[in-house]
Amino acid sequence: MYAYTDFDRDFLAERNAQFRAQVARRIDGSLTEDEFKPLRLMNGLYLQLHAYMLRVAIPYGTLNGGQMRQLAMIADRWDKGYGHFTTRQNIQYNWPELRDVPDMLDALGEVGMHAIQTSGNTIRNVTADHFAGAAAEEVADPRPVAELIRQWSTDHPEFQFLPRKFKVAVTGSALDRAVTAAHDIGLRLVEREGEIGAVVLVGGGLGRTPMIGKVLADFVALPDLLPYLEAVVAVYNLLGRRDNKYKARIKITVHENGIEEIRRLVDDEYVTRRAAFNGADMQLFGKISADFAAPDFVDGAGDYAAHYADDAIFRSFVDTNTAPHRHKDYSILTVSLKAHGATPGDATSDQMRVLAELAESYGHDELRISHEQNVILPHLPKRHLRAVFDALSGAGLATANIGLASDIIACPGMDYCALATARSIPVAQEIATRFEELKLEHEVGPLKIKISGCINACGHHHVGHIGILGLDRAGVENYQITLGGDGGPDAIIGERAGPGFAYDEVVDAIERLVRAYLAIREGADETFLETYKRTGPAPFKAALYPASEKAHAA
Amino acid sequence: MTGAVIVTDAGFAADDWRGSRLPLGDGLPANAEAVDVVPVDDVATLAGHLDRLSLIRVAFPNSADGRGFTLARRLRAMGYRGRLRAAGHVLADQYAMARRAGFDEVEIDADLAARQPWEQWQARADWQAHDYQARLRG
Repeated sequence: MYAYTDFDRDFLAERNAQFRAQVARRIDGSLTEDEFKPLRLMNGLYLQLHAYMLRVAIPYGTLNGGQMRQLAMIADRWDKGYGHFTTRQNIQYNWPELRDVPDMLDALGEVGMHAIQTSGNTIRNVTADHFAGAAAEEVADPRPVAELIRQWSTDHPEFQFLPRKFKVAVTGSALDRAVTAAHDIGLRLVEREGEIGAVVLVGGGLGRTPMIGKVLADFVALPDLLPYLEAVVAVYNLLGRRDNKYKARIKITVHENGIEEIRRLVDDEYVTRRAAFNGADMQLFGKISADFAAPDFVDGAGDYAAHYADDAIFRSFVDTNTAPHRHKDYSILTVSLKAHGATPGDATSDQMRVLAELAESYGHDELRISHEQNVILPHLPKRHLRAVFDALSGAGLATANIGLASDIIACPGMDYCALATARSIPVAQEIATRFEELKLEHEVGPLKIKISGCINACGHHHVGHIGILGLDRAGVENYQITLGGDGGPDAIIGERAGPGFAYDEVVDAIERLVRAYLAIREGADETFLETYKRTGPAPFKAALYPASEKAHAA
Repeated sequence: MTGAVIVTDAGFAADDWRGSRLPLGDGLPANAEAVDVVPVDDVATLAGHLDRLSLIRVAFPNSADGRGFTLARRLRAMGYRGRLRAAGHVLADQYAMARRAGFDEVEIDADLAARQPWEQWQARADWQAHDYQARLRG
């Protein structure tokens, strides 16, 4: 893992001291809220429905046990004993007092963490594949590239006041667990003639105008990557619309100007940008890469096979929550923060400490946060899986539902968010509880349900196999359902199924969809999404709107 | 101070530019010694004229509009070595960004100078310290 240099530490201390002074000026009244706003946003501090909210970056989703313990300490000392992991590999504290925030930032700084550029119209926290460095099929570890981009984008003097926010994601796997096609820039690391480089996608994004990113460059070698990114963002900074915030994202810039014109402008800009780099970035990259060297894996699976054969509950947990690791005697374990009925992505300080302890004792001291709002032990020896399972069970963290119907992504919704038009969390809780009662989700298999509480789509509903969008219709919550979305390598925006549902009708509607799938699938191997692609929306719409189908037939 | 205030690393000062200034608009007049650039201008049209310009003044219509930072970088990349000024709604907290992007100085009006006194700019005048860009570019 990346270890902060003296430079990083000094930068962060200076930045935190600046913000402490700004907070003091706000509290003594010399800064108005309007004047304070851009300053606090640059440091991740939002004003939400009920209180301030501090959004802390977990760069590319990677942290160690000590960092997780510090997140737990912060939750206990300055918040209400829990934190919320978001779809962008951040953790949010929902109840801080303004006067405490500088101390919280200093506490983060002690473990090499920060809240810089987690908001505002700037390059945001760089996200990456949460199985990075561990996945069996990976081409290259995306984290050194993501860390290089973190350093380049942090406090970048040119790009702190872009037309709109700017999100970058990096994957090193063809399976693309980072949803790169739904980002302003998506980077897919590939190998060409022995050299690692990136396919550069541009103009993806969800929100009110969902778009899939387009290929801007089919290969940019690593030494050319920062100048190339700089060219893209500089072109956007000048060309992006500033007259309408809803048309200001680069996806609209690409849509209105065409990908060919954007490519021409970027190629022009690139020439001088490239000349401004002399290779120092690649020297740093070498040091960063060394920090991300794989741990020393230990051979041997112990009595794992016997536990797996003897205990059906343990077997189900392993089958559902682990993925293949690059080392044969290891697993990647995803710990679900979606216990049936719980708030998706919430973790208590006690749970954080359990996860930290397990990472330190068994998992080479590494943890990951996924955009699907779960926590991952990326390097877990199979010989320790049983002990880890037992410890997780004792902490309420052994829910075997990864990738299943109750592993729902949900934005905070109207319970916390000032922008939301409907509740998200209770809908997720009730769907999960329903599937638990039905004991159906293992039979259903892979199914991604994603819920957003407003059109800004923080819950990624457009790329859910089943997407749910909560809107406000004349003061009443109304939930639209989209079908067939996919956030994988061949990303697809889901199609709206028809009229929306009232709050108390949504869970029944989702159950009807799932039962329709079970009735028409060509065997247990055909997933929900595969069935949808084969049959199209008709049988699913018939299940959603049985009465209107009859009316239509008559 | 009643007129425009020029902010540099040394402090506040009155504007010492006494020459004429012409808007870039659709092109540069042959006799221009100083030019006003607004965010929509294409600074590429200045290529070939940079050597005879003594001042380029880039407008910041509001502090949330960061186009001027990219224009400054472009002008420096094109080889402009003369005086480069950011003018308009620039905040003290943006001073380090302006300097790092290639500006020599910031021009603000008297009202902004009164609300954001020199101490607030001075706090960001150590713009060469803690600079990731300098580190990455070598």
